[in-house]
Amino acid sequence: MKRLLVLAVSTLLVSTAFAIDQGKVFDDPEMQARYEKLISEVRCLQCQNQSIKDSNVTLAADLRREIARMIEEGQTDEQIAEFLVVRYGEFALYRPRTTGKTLVLWLAPFLLVLVGGFALMRVVKHRMSLPIDGESGEEG
Amino acid sequence: MNRFIWPLVAVLALLVFLVMGLRHGDPRALPSPFIGKPAPEFELPTLKNPEVSIGTKTLAGDYALVNVWATWCVMCRAEHPFLLELAANKAIPIYGINWRDSRPEAIRWLYDLGDPYLASAYDEDGRVGIDWGVYGAPETFLVDPEGTVIYKHLGPLDPAIWQREFAPRIAGGGPGQ
Repeated sequence: MKRLLVLAVSTLLVSTAFAIDQGKVFDDPEMQARYEKLISEVRCLQCQNQSIKDSNVTLAADLRREIARMIEEGQTDEQIAEFLVVRYGEFALYRPRTTGKTLVLWLAPFLLVLVGGFALMRVVKHRMSLPIDGESGEEG
Repeated sequence: MNRFIWPLVAVLALLVFLVMGLRHGDPRALPSPFIGKPAPEFELPTLKNPEVSIGTKTLAGDYALVNVWATWCVMCRAEHPFLLELAANKAIPIYGINWRDSRPEAIRWLYDLGDPYLASAYDEDGRVGIDWGVYGAPETFLVDPEGTVIYKHLGPLDPAIWQREFAPRIAGGGPGQ
């Protein structure tokens, strides 16, 4: 029984190991780290809620290969991001770059907090100016 | 009453965005960054004859459809009859990019189902697919005579989409179906 269990569990482990070609691409650890960081930040467009690091569809494999090639050629991370954006749009990057178009995405949360805070302040100020037992001061 | 106006306006505005988001259609369809830009350069052997090559130059001079297809792509089979219909009506020159496929199987597919393409490029390793920003076959690009991409459709073509999106974009009223 125990043996069977071990067999079953190890079979499962084998299949996950085969799922994605996670093997080392570069001998240089620094390049390997850059490669892994890049592929974890690129969206797989065939399976939109995965990065190309986590996906095994053909397009993800193709993009991993292209990114490895570009790193090998000595291109910078910005150049690689540009390569992807030109072809697939900003959506391909999990961390959109701060450019004119995406600025609103980055700033919107802060703006919303500011607007909310301002509204809250006005309400509080208004309430504070009401008489404490103010049943009559409702309308204002 | 007055104090409810602004929250009400805010909720309504959110609702409008929600409805817009829901009506957006296929959530996988992304705006193509190629619209209005020159079609990406490519040069590939044709599917049927590896000696002959096909490329961006082949497209020049006329409106053309570039249809990305593969035998493993189920929806490509679904749109195939309509492509044959377009080809039979000589509506527009249709070129294929056979993406990430096996040559013998692709040739067999064209033999069995009919060949709507003037020629298909054979993109075995997906390099050209990446340059064209392809992420899910079938994809169909409409290229104008100057070689500019003017429209891209993700998913199978059908007569309704053709009439709505493609025909009006082809100068001269567009050749019917």
